[in-house]
Parts: sequence; C-alpha cells; structure tokens
Amino acid sequence: MTDKRYQSWGRYPAAEHEALKLYWRDDPLPIDAIGKRSFLPFGNGRSYGDVCLNDGGTLLDCRELNRFIHFDPSTGVLRCEAGVLLSEILQLIVPAGWFLPVTPGTQFVTVGGAIANDVHGKNHHRAGTFGCHVRCLELLRSDGTRMQCSLDENTEYFNATIGGLGLTGVITWAEIGLQHINNPYIDQEIIRYRNLGEFFTLARESDKICEYTVAWIDCLAKGDHLGRGLFIRGNHAQHIKGKLPKVPTGRMTFPIDPPFALSNGLTLKMFNTLYYRKQWSERKAGLVYYEPFFYPLDAVSGWNRVYGSKGFFQYQCAVPADKAEDAIREILERIASTGVGSFLAVLKLFGDRLSPGLLSFPMPGATLALDFPNNGEKTLRLMDQLDEVTREAGGRVNPSKDSRMHPKDFQQHYQNWKGMEAFMDPCISSDFWRRVTAQS
Amino acid sequence: MYFIGLLATSNSTIMRKTLIIGATSAIAQATARLFAEAGDAMYLVARNETKLDAIADDLKVRGAAAVHMDTLDVLEYERHKSVIDAAVATLQGLDQVLVAHGTLPDQKACEQSFELTRKEIEINALGTISLLTHLANYFEYQRHGTIAVISSVAGDRGRQSNYVYGSAKGMVSIFLQGLRNRLHKSGVHVLTIKPGFVDTPMTAEFSKGPLWSQPDAIAKSLVKVMPGGSREIYMPYYWRTIMLIIRLIPEVVFKRMRL
Repeated sequence: MTDKRYQSWGRYPAAEHEALKLYWRDDPLPIDAIGKRSFLPFGNGRSYGDVCLNDGGTLLDCRELNRFIHFDPSTGVLRCEAGVLLSEILQLIVPAGWFLPVTPGTQFVTVGGAIANDVHGKNHHRAGTFGCHVRCLELLRSDGTRMQCSLDENTEYFNATIGGLGLTGVITWAEIGLQHINNPYIDQEIIRYRNLGEFFTLARESDKICEYTVAWIDCLAKGDHLGRGLFIRGNHAQHIKGKLPKVPTGRMTFPIDPPFALSNGLTLKMFNTLYYRKQWSERKAGLVYYEPFFYPLDAVSGWNRVYGSKGFFQYQCAVPADKAEDAIREILERIASTGVGSFLAVLKLFGDRLSPGLLSFPMPGATLALDFPNNGEKTLRLMDQLDEVTREAGGRVNPSKDSRMHPKDFQQHYQNWKGMEAFMDPCISSDFWRRVTAQS
Repeated sequence: MYFIGLLATSNSTIMRKTLIIGATSAIAQATARLFAEAGDAMYLVARNETKLDAIADDLKVRGAAAVHMDTLDVLEYERHKSVIDAAVATLQGLDQVLVAHGTLPDQKACEQSFELTRKEIEINALGTISLLTHLANYFEYQRHGTIAVISSVAGDRGRQSNYVYGSAKGMVSIFLQGLRNRLHKSGVHVLTIKPGFVDTPMTAEFSKGPLWSQPDAIAKSLVKVMPGGSREIYMPYYWRTIMLIIRLIPEVVFKRMRL
C-alpha cells in the first residue's frame, strides 16, 4: 500500500512510499514488513528537500514515539522519545522556566529530525547547532542492536548520527540540555538597514551583545540598496516590569492548493517593499512572546502550499567568513538580476562553535537561505549559478533543504561523506543519499 | 517568578482519581495525557509491563500527581476484582474509570474458527462485562463517579466485514445502556463512547481516507464529556449521522450491500 501523505515540506520531488509506523521505543523494527527494500526513518516531514524521502522504498514513521521519559526542572535535562515535536517540548518546559538550547524556524519538527539534520537557529553564533546540546541518544539498528551514543560512548556513531540524515539507524530517544529563562518573552529590536555592508557591521556588533540575530533581506533591491533589509535581534527578557505583552493565540491555515505559485514578480515586489517599510522608524524595540519571534511562519499552517502544487526549493548556502561578504553580494546580484526573487530571504552569521556531526552543515562565516517556487529548468539553472559562487568561496549547501545539489559539490564540500558510510545502516537509504553519492 | 503562581492555580482543584484499563491502547494513551496535564492521580492497567512503564514515565513528566500500574490480561476474569480493589486502595478511591482495552479480530479467520471467535468475543465483550460488573458495584455503593467505555460504531449493525467485532461491541453497548439505566438513580454516570475509524496500531493495516480521525481528537472530545456525561456518544460527532443512515437501511437492502 503506497501512501501519498508522506511528502517533503517543499513538495518536490514527488515520491511514493510504503509507510509503516513505529509505535513503541522498545519494539523491534518491522524488518519483515519492510522486506528487501530500503527504509528511512521519517519525523514530521519538515525537511524541504529529499533527505526525508525514499521513493519506491519504505518510510518508517516515528511520530508515534512521542513520549517524554524524564524531565528534571532543577537541572533542565530532558529525555524524550525521538518523535516528540519541539512544540510539545516547549509546552512542557517554558512554564517551568526552561527553553530549547537551539531552535530552528519552525517548532513542528521532531527531536529525531532536529538531530538527524543537526538544525541551527538564530543563536548559532553562541550555541552552535542542536547537536551540540544532545547529551546522549539511543540508536536502533536494523540488525536489532541498540546503542547508547554520546560524546563518551559509541562516539563515532554519535558523530555520524548528529546531522546523519537518518542514515545511521533509528533514533529512538535522546537527552538534551535546556537553557534557563526567566519568562517566555524576548527583548527584541528590529533595525532597518540600507545595504549589505551595513548588515555585516550590524551583525558583528549584534552577535556580541545578542543571543539571537538574523536578518530578513529584500532580495529584489539592487545597486546601492543591495542586501537591504530588517535586522532582527533579541535576548531572553530578564525581568518584566509592568504589563505583559499579549500572548498570541490561534493559527491560520492556508486553505487551498493554488494551481500556480502565488509568488510571482509582482507579488514579490509588493511583499518585499512593504515588508521592508513595515515599520516607520529605523529602530523598533519591545518585548515579544517567544512564538512570533522564533516561529513567525508557524502562524500559518501549510504555508508551503502558497507555492502551488509544483512545490518549491529552498537554497541555503554557508560561506566561510573571509569570503562571506563578497560571496553573498555576488549571490544577491545574480538573484536580483534575474528578478526571480524570494519572499523569504534570510541572512545570518554563523559562529565558530563546531558540531560533533560528521556531515553538519554550518561553518564559521555567513549563511543565506532563499525560497524559490519551482519553475522547472529556469529555477534549477539559477541555483546552478548560485552554486558557482558558493563553490568558488569554499562554501556548501545545506542537505536538509536540498533536492538538487550536484553529487560533485556534495562529495567535495562534505569531505566526511566517505567516512560516513562505515556507520550507515545497511538497510537504510534516502533519495538524497542515492542522488548525491551517485557517480558524477 | 510568576510561573510558579500559574502552576499553583492550575493544580488547586481537587485531584481526580482515574483508573484506565487497556492503558496502552492509542485512545487511552492520548486521553491519559490530558488527564495527566490536569494533574490526576492515575492507575493504569494493561497487559504489557514495558509499555506501561513507557506511558507512566510520560504521564509523570506531563504532570500526573501519581502514576501506579498493574498488569492484567482481560481474560484472567478471576483477577478482575482484585485488580480493581487494588486500584481503589492505592488511589484511596476512584472518581472515574476508562475501559479501553480491545482487539480487532481477523474476521476471515474467525469465520473458520469458533475457538478464535469465542476468544475475540471474550476479550472485547465478556472481559469488559466482567470488569464492569465489579466497577458498577463499587460506583453504585460510592454514589458518584463516571464509567466510560470505548465501544464502537461497529456495534450498531452487523456487517460482513467485521461482525464478530461488531457483535462483541454491540453486546457492550447494550450492557452499558442497562447499566446507565440502573446507575442513574445512584448518580453514577455511564458513558458509551462510539468512535468511528481511528488511526491506531489496531488499524495499521487499513488504508486511511477522509473519515479517519486521530486518537488525539477522540481524546479531546472524551475529556470534555467524561465529567458528568451519561449517554451514548459518537466520536467524531458526524458518525451519529452516518450510523443513523446505516441503521435505517432496511434489512432486505442491507443484506445485498458490501459493507
């Protein structure tokens, strides 16, 4: 029975799977039901590209592994099953005065997915990736063995599993260290800046004083305005005097699959200009609840459908610090000149805290992420052009968001990939892995 | 530290004492989480100890005042009374019970084996009725509380695709009608829950269409109706209409249908 409900967040490429669910962490893997074909652990399907797909094979849906195991509110150590969503963790820990050590831009990812993709967030310059905060995890392999992995135990498997794209086995549970907070609010400041040069100055200053920094850029701006945008920075609020800002409630749902992408030249221009001008003053500061600060897109569930049934790509590259400004400028110029543009272009500086993950994406420098509706060849050609710049600068593209990177680039820029093979589970495979390890 | 203030107010209501039989079932698990978040003291009963442990840990983290457990195979009728007595003794009383154990019989296999048919009816009907006999007497004596039982829409009319399961659930539903009638004067609530298609391990083999719902959704409705509810209730609500239509089809027509 193939199950079409399993897609990646970018809804590209299309894939058909046999889906099986794992209900209990102590249950053996359903190896007999999987048969001779390969399988791939699947979380909540928030990966943009094909790291979560296994066309023609089995997906092992791990969302039912959603039990907490232990939470110590005095130390902030949480152990839970790998299918627990970050949103479920936040509901538990925020009222107790704790927060995730690292969070990506959506709270609807599983812990297993966060580890397997070694996700990062707005505090990468301070805290590194999610994998830096995993104290230990259990890996269940297709031969039935269970391994507790940490920095002290089965370390090689631990390192291969952090950012390992699900290929080393099924993560059944993990233990993470949380960070203490005084309240659920963020002391936020949004600064409108005029060009890329200003971004780098602002980002370097801000990273010294702020836990969280990120910029949204108007990627249609050209010339002197190239790279202009809004710089968003914040810290967990210390003490709140007076009236608390209101907690937003409710969630909209994007209701339809439009026959074509609603993002086109006109809507992009309007959106980008309006967004850039959304605040009158150059600086706006205040307290905001953590949800709109970290997860603005989660307010519209199914926002990926805006891009229509053909789906969309996310291009996220990281480039080393010494070449960052030139490379990002070049990329933005290439995009602006095509007019293809992106609603959501996000720019951030990465810090130098290294993840234990063998295939972890971040590197000290800068990272740029852009969404492109799938317009076939035209879009692929643009991303190939961006690859040239990334490659030239010695950078790399993020596997968890990719569905089109060339094998040559992957193999060259993730030099540990060969070493990864020794720790992979022989029964596990993914569309991504088959694609990027193909002979080029 | 205003958090502490919030926590204190949410737990300030009197702690409820909840017994769940068949606690490892998907609907029971989802419901138990909501009870735990409300701060209930809980007693969980199921066959598998490892699974019970996993659930108990989860419920403790989610805020249950206490979680106790016991293993039981519902076919061990002779142990039913002692298991219920132990739950009452441990929790020092009982405010509500959810009976949620069950299996989905292989209809085709049952057609070839009376032994299997009998076993399925024992698990899904007689086991439940044995438990309810003891529970009813306890609650009747106590004169308050809620007995909620997961029956099924399948019990509303026999169909060729699963009439063994259907007849067991039908028996439970009718038994509960009588029990509700009997316990009404004692102020004890008896709730018959009739879920439609629910996406659980029990139905893992089925391909899922738009009529399927998630255990979480059933659990949310369940905790809403459990305090004070004493009736038959379909979950989700639209099954009431579907089953009304199914029941209204004349037998001459129904017998020719492939359902």
